[in-house]
Amino acid sequence: MNSLPSEQNPTPESGAGAVGKPRAAVVIGGNRIPFARSGGSYAYSSNQDMLTAALDGLVARFGLQGDRIGEVAAGAVLKHSRDFNLTREAVLGSALAADTPAYDVQQACATGLETVIGLSNKIKLGQIESGIAGGVDSASDAPVAVSEGLRRVLLDFSRARTTSQKLAALRKLRPADLSPDAPSTAEPRTGLSMGEHQAITTARWNITRQAQDELSLASHVRMAEAYDRGFFDDLVTPFRGVSRDSNLRPDTSLSKLGSLKPVFGRNLADEATMTAGNSTPLTDGAAVVLLGSEEYARENNLPMLANVVDAEAAAVDFVHGKEGLLMAPVYAMPRLLQRNNMTFDDFDFFEIHEAFAGTVLASLAAWEDDDFCRKQLGLPGALGTVDRSKLNVNGSSLAAGHPFAATGARIVASLAKSLAEKGSGRGLISVCAAGGQGVVAILEAR
Amino acid sequence: MADTYLKLVNAQPLDRVAKAAGLPRPVPLRRYVSGEPLVPGPVLVLGSSPGTQAVASILLEWNLDVRRHLRPKEKFGAAVVILDELRDPAQLSGAFLELGSVLRQLRPGGRVITISRPTAGATAPQTAAARHAVDGALRSLAKELRGGATANGILLGDDVQTDASGVGAALEFLLSGKSAYVDGQFITIGTSAGTQARRRSAPLAGRTAVVTGAARGIGAEIVRVLHRDGAHIIAVDVPAAGEQLAAVANGVGGTALQVDVTAPDAAGRILRHAATRYGSLDIMVHNAGITRDRLLANMDPARWNSVLAVNLESQLRINEELLASGDFSSAGSIVCLASTSGIAGNRGQTNYAASKAGVIGMVRATADALGGSARSINAVAPGFIETDMTAKIPFATREVARRLSSLQQGGLPVDVAEAVAFLASAGSAGVNGQVLRVCGQNLVGA
Repeated sequence: MNSLPSEQNPTPESGAGAVGKPRAAVVIGGNRIPFARSGGSYAYSSNQDMLTAALDGLVARFGLQGDRIGEVAAGAVLKHSRDFNLTREAVLGSALAADTPAYDVQQACATGLETVIGLSNKIKLGQIESGIAGGVDSASDAPVAVSEGLRRVLLDFSRARTTSQKLAALRKLRPADLSPDAPSTAEPRTGLSMGEHQAITTARWNITRQAQDELSLASHVRMAEAYDRGFFDDLVTPFRGVSRDSNLRPDTSLSKLGSLKPVFGRNLADEATMTAGNSTPLTDGAAVVLLGSEEYARENNLPMLANVVDAEAAAVDFVHGKEGLLMAPVYAMPRLLQRNNMTFDDFDFFEIHEAFAGTVLASLAAWEDDDFCRKQLGLPGALGTVDRSKLNVNGSSLAAGHPFAATGARIVASLAKSLAEKGSGRGLISVCAAGGQGVVAILEAR
Repeated sequence: MADTYLKLVNAQPLDRVAKAAGLPRPVPLRRYVSGEPLVPGPVLVLGSSPGTQAVASILLEWNLDVRRHLRPKEKFGAAVVILDELRDPAQLSGAFLELGSVLRQLRPGGRVITISRPTAGATAPQTAAARHAVDGALRSLAKELRGGATANGILLGDDVQTDASGVGAALEFLLSGKSAYVDGQFITIGTSAGTQARRRSAPLAGRTAVVTGAARGIGAEIVRVLHRDGAHIIAVDVPAAGEQLAAVANGVGGTALQVDVTAPDAAGRILRHAATRYGSLDIMVHNAGITRDRLLANMDPARWNSVLAVNLESQLRINEELLASGDFSSAGSIVCLASTSGIAGNRGQTNYAASKAGVIGMVRATADALGGSARSINAVAPGFIETDMTAKIPFATREVARRLSSLQQGGLPVDVAEAVAFLASAGSAGVNGQVLRVCGQNLVGA
């Protein structure tokens, strides 16, 4: 239906070549497949299958068949080596034009948000007119690597020329080398899983079990309500017979959540508070966001939900115990707000990724803590309080699940729609990531 | 579900057995294929009224081999019998007996089309008798024809002449393979409205069509045919059917809109999508439908209410908003899916038949209200169509149901889709308030 070329070189007037503010990068819409708990409905779906499905659903929603998009950026955290060109391969398998370029990004759980930021910047600079950002992850179809010992033997063997060299290579093999390296969420430098890291932070900020369960309950209830009122009708396309996130428990309750046994932090001095109910499960899924310049949206009669205003990344030294693994967004936030002359009062929606309920609550506590904000963030006092009624209003990762690289695009699309429905205001996104990293971003209604 | 019996009786050695035993001998029907001739041979035009020449002129304009007489034993593809000035039953014998004398020369897949006037318009008993006599003769002839040949009639309102644009559109539809499963039916041209009767490869070019229930079966086929005829497609289905819906939309360069037609805001969302993305809405096809069969004695409220809500109440509500909206084209066409169950009734389908008969009532009343405007509303009533739904009927019942029509086989989804496309085309605008049966002249409910 799009009579105009989907991608064209911007004219000097519309591009960012002119002096002054760069032009706007607009969120046009999004699509994701329902997220499924790992080992479930998508157990035999690859990252490429899921990303292609998410792209095809987006193409169908916006009539992009055969269109050349400026660039597609996506990624996966758990990635097979054969998927070195995952996003490009997904584009080739999708209904998009085959001459749509693509690149992969990997920034752990911030991958999806980072692709939105990267492509938005290209749009603002006038380098592209349209972009699709996103991510995918499969904890089910994860790569299983051979052990380091076996890998070295195999490489030596392939380099050996004579039979005796080959035998020499094989003689180095030890029985223990034959067990494979299964993927895990453990941090390479600490050996601790993400949950164990968060348990330290949760205890440090005295986050109670009750508070975590309440946040989890709110996530489930709000997401179920959002599904029921049709909020996700134009954000989600079913996949493999799944039409709602399989982790979603509309009928959960505080007593059900309270009955779960703690799974993280059991070796700490403090009471263990983190359960399967207030932590995200391993999840499979994919999500994408359609971005464009205002000109692109207008020329193709596409909706404009929100502008991508600004973003900031941060990292913390969790290796030496100076800060919690998932606390980097706490550091990114004041830098972003300061640059944009804003405070928490300037926002109508807060999308704080629920890796664990403890992550969200520790972040909120840190921003409210006068002493912490002075010493660690270098602020004159507490950054501020997030109005809980504006937090994750349509549920977040505790309900939907968290396919690592897909979460950013899920959040951006949902927040952009919330802003478009409200017709005004701003939204703040915060996503923590492995490696002690975090990314925060601002979206603004149009 | 493949019709195995049809294949068997059309191949050696069982073809002879079936003939000798007097078993039903259905043949593969002549269906529309782009680029193939409109009719499989010369077109015989019978009639003596001044209007006869106008019909012959239309056919000649289409470069058909038009004849007033046939040579002995010469095969022909179709006969058009013009009876627009009937005043006396005695005038019938000439045309019908002449047709009878050459009927054995009609090719398989041939067509007989009468053009006469509706009984209702006649005041003189003699005229009414003559007009209504055509009805009986035509329906009987349809039952006599073999080899996939059909007989249908065009009825001209009293102000409509044989050169009206609707006549050309109806003639093209009935002569072509598009009407393969329409048999023993009459199409009334109520007014001279419509664009010129010119054969076009894309009669719906530039028009935007919404098809509900588009994810599979008949709905997906309607999408395909409307797209073939040039329409932009908005494919609508419930969110849970989104995966197939996206594939359907991507197959035709359309857009997928996940909406439950029973939702209170369904019409608003459909109209908004059409207006934003395509400027306006020109064609509304109410195809979404469900069955929840039970004998009335076993009927529960959920079964009754859901069938009425989806099949009838949604159409009523959407039409009301559509016809009040400036976003629905002033020359817009509405096509509603009814059913022969709604005409003849069907055991176990009180709820379904109520909904489908209700659709017919709605169509007639709405058509009256549209009189004088360029908008139209019509219904298509499918009989036994080979779909996933009818594939679930028990074997023996299905086999019997298939043979209970003059064409002795089930129709295909494309047969329904072709009828929808015909009624949606601007050329048929003079057709309003009609219920076109696509049932192979089902033996019940005539």
